[in-house]
Formats: sequence, structure tokens, C-alpha cells
Amino acid sequence: MTWRDSHSFENSHSPLQALAWVGRNTVQLIREMGAVFLFFLQGLLLIFQLPFQIRKSLQQVYFIGVKSIFVILLVGIFTGMVLGLQGYYTLVKFGSEGVLGGMVALSIIRELGPVLTAIMIIGRAGSAMAAEIGIMRISEQIDALVTMDINPIRYLFSPRIVASVISFPLLTALFNVIGIIGGYISGVLLLGVNSGIFFSRMENLVNIHDIMGGFYKALGFGLIVVTICCYQGFYVHTRREGFGAKGVSLATTSAVVLSCVFVLITDYVLTSFLL
Amino acid sequence: MLTPLIEFRKVTKSFDGKRVLDGVDLAIYPGEVTTLIGKSGVGKSVTLKLIIGLLLPDRGHILYEGRDVGNMGRGERKRMRERFNFMFQHNALFDSLTVYENIALPLEEKTRLSPRDIEDRVRSKMESLDLLGIEYKYPSQISGGMQKRVALARALISDPQVVLFDEPTTGLDPVRKNSVLSMITHNQKNFGFTAVLVSHDVPDVLYISNRVAIIEQSRILYEGSPHGLEQSDQPVIREFIYSLEALKKDIVGLPDRGELEKAYLRAVDAWHTSGSFAVLVLIIQDYQAIERSIGDFGAFEVLDTLAERLRSHVRTWRYIYGRFDCNTIVCLLPGVTEEPVIRGLLGKLAQDLKAQEVFQPNQYTTYCHEFSVSAGFTAGSESQRLEDMVQAAKAGGETLVRLSCAQASRGSYA
Repeated sequence: MTWRDSHSFENSHSPLQALAWVGRNTVQLIREMGAVFLFFLQGLLLIFQLPFQIRKSLQQVYFIGVKSIFVILLVGIFTGMVLGLQGYYTLVKFGSEGVLGGMVALSIIRELGPVLTAIMIIGRAGSAMAAEIGIMRISEQIDALVTMDINPIRYLFSPRIVASVISFPLLTALFNVIGIIGGYISGVLLLGVNSGIFFSRMENLVNIHDIMGGFYKALGFGLIVVTICCYQGFYVHTRREGFGAKGVSLATTSAVVLSCVFVLITDYVLTSFLL
Repeated sequence: MLTPLIEFRKVTKSFDGKRVLDGVDLAIYPGEVTTLIGKSGVGKSVTLKLIIGLLLPDRGHILYEGRDVGNMGRGERKRMRERFNFMFQHNALFDSLTVYENIALPLEEKTRLSPRDIEDRVRSKMESLDLLGIEYKYPSQISGGMQKRVALARALISDPQVVLFDEPTTGLDPVRKNSVLSMITHNQKNFGFTAVLVSHDVPDVLYISNRVAIIEQSRILYEGSPHGLEQSDQPVIREFIYSLEALKKDIVGLPDRGELEKAYLRAVDAWHTSGSFAVLVLIIQDYQAIERSIGDFGAFEVLDTLAERLRSHVRTWRYIYGRFDCNTIVCLLPGVTEEPVIRGLLGKLAQDLKAQEVFQPNQYTTYCHEFSVSAGFTAGSESQRLEDMVQAAKAGGETLVRLSCAQASRGSYA
């Protein structure tokens, strides 16, 4: 067979090969998603196994929640301030700067609060979760738990689910409050919007449906982030691209990227349902 | 007949197409210490992980108390696993928990003991393993030896029925190694648990073992008592038992008798056209007595010196040499036929040896043992067996050099 024959031979097979590649990856993706869902389901059910892991859950609340407060405050205040600033210069063109308070509050409560809080927690705690569990896996600490007849999913994942369910909505609420204060600082204190109008418009435009929507989002993001990050760390040994420290590094990167992507996709899906 | 507690029947396990265990049959009896030995990467740790259920066999059956683990229900398997504990090769300590928390973890997670009872048990175990004072340190803050003992304490804290030890003495100094091995055997005798060890510490580990299994090329090469192991004449088994001798051989650089005979047979063809050769023999008299009196290392140094000096004197000639038996070095010199040449060589060697430290009485300040090295030679021919030529050379042997505890004296060649 000449090179030309071989080339055409390859070409004649390439659509099939491409189809096979798509099929293989689709099956792999579905399998992976199924594994992630089962992992989540196990972790969720094991929360209710006695005795409750209250101390470990509180430790995780401290790690995921309390230790993220500073970064949430920092991001929240500047997000609110820049929103107030941009909103003011846009609204002033239409003579509607009075609705600035409502605009800032709605933007933050409905979208920016849950999404940015989730992204901040992914960066600070999600990556740490993936790395910590990944290192436990490669240093046989998870195997040690199994040999001691301690369910590693219950021991490592379930307290983190509890902590995320508690921390994400609370941190989102904090982000919302501090973001509104940021908008107030730039809109009212720096640009001279009337304080009374700022708050009265906010009161008129924001209703409990918006607040609950943001709360549901925060809850959903919390579950997605903790599941993806813990899953990536827990199954680091099954990665084909790299083992050991490299595997942990790849798992941490995947955890952060996938969490962010899924948070944004879920945000769109939830928003379309909630609106 | 005693029923095995754990039994492997035709167990096969592969990783990425590489077969690590191939139809392995193995029996582990209750209340005994069973040791798995073998070269690195032959599947010893895999065997332990199969026993505890961290891995599942590709084919074959693993039986626990006669019941196939694969057919056990979840509850039964859980109850079985509760009776096991495992000490990992690299300890697998939880690096974010303190030493105390590491040891207490199985009790806190799997028992309903009060915190006071847990503390008492942990402290008692720490005391028995000489670990008190490091309770609040993290694993990364303590030495490798201490980490090993912490892992051991954690493995024993729940008083398991079966304890699997994956290289428990790797990385320990000789004193700690002995203490870990004696601790395993004492605890095993006190609590009666079944111990399965993976170890490279041959022969030390054989002293505490009731049964030994050697894994080689994915199969069990030997399974039985340590005494039976000593009786075996299989080369791989002997390599393990005499690994210390193998180290000595490597350091001295002397081929053993088998290698010497092979080299001789190979060389016979090459020498056939170039005439006869001389067979030179150096014998350390009463070598075992030297080992007993001045110690292993002293005796080894005598042998090493002898080999090294002989090599330096014949290095400009063609030669084959090796250790014929524990106290005899044989050197074949092709083309050397004249007796005066050999006598001259031995004279120079005697002078040289006399100046060496091992023949200076002042080197033996505490224990001194008089000994001598004799030398003999004979003319060799291809038609004769090497053993016969060596015996002939030995028969005409004369003293080459002697250590006198008063003073080193010259032998008759000098």
C-alpha cells in the first residue's frame, strides 16, 4: 500500500473514527456524571447516619464559611461600589438615577451575590477541598479509613455538604448586604443620589421572590461546588493524565474550572425557571 | 487439621495488563505470624490489600473462615472487616490530625467508649510504644521511626483479630527495627491476633514468623515454616535467606563458587591453545572461629583485605578468581607454569598482607584471636575438575601470613 493509498484509507475511515470519538466521549461524560451524582447521593444520605458528625460539620463551616468572610466582604463592597458607579452614569442619561438603589439591590440579590460568592468560595475553599482530599487519596489516608471500617465518603464528604448548605446562603446574604452598602457608598455618598429615594426604590423593586431566588441559587451552587470539588479530590487516583502531585494539581484545576462552569450554567437554568 | 483463617484459591490480579498475582494459593492460619517475602514489586502489598478488601481479585476466591468473601452479604463483609486492621508501608497517618487524634480515631469513630476510656486506652498504647510526650505533635513534626510506631499504635488500638503489616520496619534504625519486630511478636502472643507481614528484613523477620510465603514471578514459590525454608535448595529462596551473604559477596567483589566454576568452564575453551595454567588457593584457617571471636565485621575485613590484595598483585595478568567456599579464595592464572614465578608472587603478597591493618595485633584491643592464612598452588589442566585441582593445591599449602596476638609473624613464603 502506497502512502497515497494509506492516506485515502485513513480518510475513508475518518468520519467513522470521529463518530467513534464522539460516542466514546459522550459515554464517558454520561458515566462520569452518573458517578458524580451517585457520589453526591451517598454523601447526602450518609449525613443522616447516626451518630451525627456535628463537630466535623462545624469545623467545615468554620473553614468554608467563617474563613471566607473577609474575601466576601472585600469582593462584595467593591462589586456594589462599581455597580453603583456604572449604574449611576447609565441611569443619569435617562434621568432615572433615582432607581439606582433598586437596580443595585436587584442585580446583587438576584445574580451577582450568589454567583460571585460561589466563585469566591470555589477559589478559596473549593480548591483547598480538592487538594486536601486528593493528597489524602495519594498518601493512602483514604485507604486507611477504609481499613478502619470508616466510610470515607461519610467522614470526608458529608460534613462538607452540611457546611456548604449552611455557609453558601449565609455568605451570599452577607455579600448582598455589603454589596448594597457598596452601592450606597458610591451612589449616595460619592455621587449625591438622594438617600431616601435610594432605599425607597430598593424597597419598591425588591420583593421576597427575588430574595428567595437568590437563596435557592446559593443553595444549589453550594451543593454543586462541594460535590465537584470533593469528587475531583476523592477520585484523583483514577485520572489517566497524571498521578501523585501532578494528579492532585490537575484535580484542583479541574475542580475550580468545572465548578465555575457549572455554577454559571446552573445560574442560567435556575434564572430561567425563577423568572 | 487446622482450618485456615484466610485462604487464597487460584487468585489472579492484574494491573493495566500486567499480571501481578497468577493463580495464587495461600493459607493463613489463626493465631500465627505469616510473613510474605519477595522482591520489590512482586505483589506482596497487593496480596495484603486483597485480604482486607481494598482490592478485588480478577479471578479466584478469597475465603475467610471458609466463607467466600465474594459471596458474603454487606453485613457479613462489614463484620469481617471490623476484625481487621492494617498498617501501611508509608504509615498513612492523617497529617491534619495530631498523634493522639490519629491513634484515637478508630475508637472515636467505631466505638461508643467515653472520651475518658478512649484517652486511657490511647495513653496506655502510647506508653507501651514509647510515644508519650508527642501527643500534640503532627505526623510531619516527628521522625520517620516515630511515625512508624504511631501507625503501629493505631493499627493495634482497636484490638483487631487480624493485623496486616505492610513493611512495618522499613526505614527504621536497627534498634527500632528490633523493637518493632519484638513488639509485634509480644503483642501477637499477648492478644493472640493473626498477623500477616510483608517484609524485606530477612532473616530477622523469620525469627518472629510461624509461616513464610515467598512470592516470585506472580506465584507462591514457597509456603511453609521458616525451618523448611532453610532446608530449601532453590536458588531464589537461598538468595533471600542468604541476602546478607550476597551483600558481602557484592562488597568483596568475589564471584561465588557457582560463578567461578562457570567462568572456569567458559575460559577452558579460550585457554586450550595457550597451554596450562596455575591454580592458586588462599585459605583463611579457622574462619568460623575468627567470626566468633573478633566478630562478623572483623572476619569480613580479613576476607575483603585478602581478596583486594590478591587482585592488586595479579591485575596485570589474565586471571579468574572467586570464593570457592566460605574461607577459600581460588585464583586461576593461565600461562603461568613456573613454580618460582608463583612463589615470587606469594612472597610479595605475604609481605603486603603483613603490612595490612587486619594483621596488626594492636588493632584488636579488646578481643584478639590468632589466625593464619595459608596458600597453596598446583599446575592445572583442562581435563581436570576444578574441585580436584583445588584439593591438590590445598594439600600442598603453606602458611602465608599469621596474626599473633603478641605480634604478626611472617610465614614461610616470605
